[in-house]
Amino acid sequence: MKNQNQKSFIFDTELRLVILTGVRVHSLDELRGTLAKVPGASIFFHTHQEYLAHNFHKPVYYNDFAIWVSQTLREEALAEKLASIDLLAFTTIRELRDTVGHTIDEYLSGLGRPTYKCRPEEAFHFCRSKSFVMPTGIVAHDVPEFFAKLPLISNASLYFHFFEARLRLGRRTNDFSRWLKDQDRDDLAKAIDELNPYIRTLDELKQDIIRLGANEK
Amino acid sequence: MSASLEDYRRVVGSSSIDELVLLADRVRHRRLQHINSTSVGGGVAELLARMVPLFRDLGIETTWDVIKGDQAFFEVTKAFHNALHGGKVTITEDMFDVYRQTTSMNLGDMGASGDFIVVHDLQPAGLIAKKENSGGHWLWRCHIDVSTPDPTVWGFLKRYVDLYDASVFSMPEFAQKLSIPQFMVTPSIDPLADKNRDLPASQVTAVLERHGVDPERPIITQISRYDRLKDPIGVIRAYRLVRRRYDCQLILAGSGASDDPEGEQVLQEVREAAQGDPDIHVLLLPPFADLEVNALVRGSTIVMQKSLKEGFGLTVTEALWKRKPVIGGAVGGIKLQILNGVTGFLVHSAEGAANRAVELLGDKQLRESIGANGHQHVRENFLTTRSIRDYLLMMLATEHREKDITLLTESRK
Repeated sequence: MKNQNQKSFIFDTELRLVILTGVRVHSLDELRGTLAKVPGASIFFHTHQEYLAHNFHKPVYYNDFAIWVSQTLREEALAEKLASIDLLAFTTIRELRDTVGHTIDEYLSGLGRPTYKCRPEEAFHFCRSKSFVMPTGIVAHDVPEFFAKLPLISNASLYFHFFEARLRLGRRTNDFSRWLKDQDRDDLAKAIDELNPYIRTLDELKQDIIRLGANEK
Repeated sequence: MSASLEDYRRVVGSSSIDELVLLADRVRHRRLQHINSTSVGGGVAELLARMVPLFRDLGIETTWDVIKGDQAFFEVTKAFHNALHGGKVTITEDMFDVYRQTTSMNLGDMGASGDFIVVHDLQPAGLIAKKENSGGHWLWRCHIDVSTPDPTVWGFLKRYVDLYDASVFSMPEFAQKLSIPQFMVTPSIDPLADKNRDLPASQVTAVLERHGVDPERPIITQISRYDRLKDPIGVIRAYRLVRRRYDCQLILAGSGASDDPEGEQVLQEVREAAQGDPDIHVLLLPPFADLEVNALVRGSTIVMQKSLKEGFGLTVTEALWKRKPVIGGAVGGIKLQILNGVTGFLVHSAEGAANRAVELLGDKQLRESIGANGHQHVRENFLTTRSIRDYLLMMLATEHREKDITLLTESRK
């Protein structure tokens, strides 16, 4: 029984509450200074929350810092640089925080003019989230069942197994690939690992994974 | 009659309800107590009347208590409320005394029986003094816009708020410097309430015709109280610009606020600006005209909310839910709801509003796709069931303070 459980894939889901930090910034300088002080959970939140926020369209930028820098500070070039930070390259929030900081530093050092300070009502407000992960009750005992049950899972579940598991829980890859590897399906594990979740909506990501397993059911 | 959890399943989808059941399983053994200042009238009472039965449906023992206060107390708390909103109000030391005296009386009268006690808004905030004896987790839920509060009133209130286990605000802009956690729960609308539920087309047409509006010609509508910050004159200007291209009608509808002397003056200005144009309909609706408002929005081609300042803007949420393309001022919570070009259009001027209205009136497909996105956005983020989920999460978060991500993946006891 125990062995069987170990082999099963338990689909979890993540439910998230937004926490306000009360920290707000009005300029690039303030943003840069504050980045180093806010909790890592804030950095994760502002680089990831857009993916879970809505599934019916792709925003211009998924990164909250890039959105604010573009829409409020009108520093388009920096917004593009922030949005192009490859989130797949990181397995810790610390590295991600450093890279966001260095990107702003580099931009500021070449700017040669004062930065804009926005009005109070346009400030960037740092938030973070507190998440709870729990089983959905959906379990797959083998690879065919795994792909058969994928259509049943919610976007929140997908989000957890892809984004949170890799970056916040430090599992290095997504949970699906880890489990498929344990099932001796390195081919599928690799194919799913190579899907970039940061350029897809969650609906698209799910469909792409289901497509990869089309022959397994 | 209150709607049940199963009634919502049909509207919000099974996965949202299943999620609530999963969460409720984790806190089902806890008692939840809500305390506010009135059982009828006002947004908070309306919200609790809907939410309390849903908590009970989820198996959570939930009670709702109301504090007592005389006219003097409610005049004081009204003044405090306006001051927290950033209004210019004269505050005296006597007013703080009135607040303290009524708080003392309620401390004697009211029992605190919940494992979680949610105190809504400023009127009952002083009940936190009960915590020492009653125990339990105490949360203070602030429903109002405190982005620019009067420092004296906020300073007074903050002494109470800091004693709670956590606070709850509606938007990031309302966050404060506090020693306790600040959760965010955005406002939500009830899809089954009279203001939002589906209506037969015949009822929509009947309401339009009763107000002399032609259902066959395009209609632009703004639903708002008569307040300069809602820019009704700007909406009339935008409408006149649109009229150069399209035959259309304008509805401005709102109820009069009895405690707002400026409202009467603004209504007069609006009527003067509309004079001579039979296609502008300035409607003063009675309070609780929810079905009427519902029908007016459903009968509209485009909805505007051209606010110059806004808290959250629930009229926008209500219009989006009805699949209407919304043109809104780029302020406050409207920016959370209108994803520019996706669920509506954000504008900064009457001209901008007119340009977008012309674009929408000329493109039925655009109106439909934006309307569909808006409906989806509200379904995912701004319905009552999401508020319920957030309350359940807050109960969990108050019990599991230590980690940003808590794995509840072990089997439950």
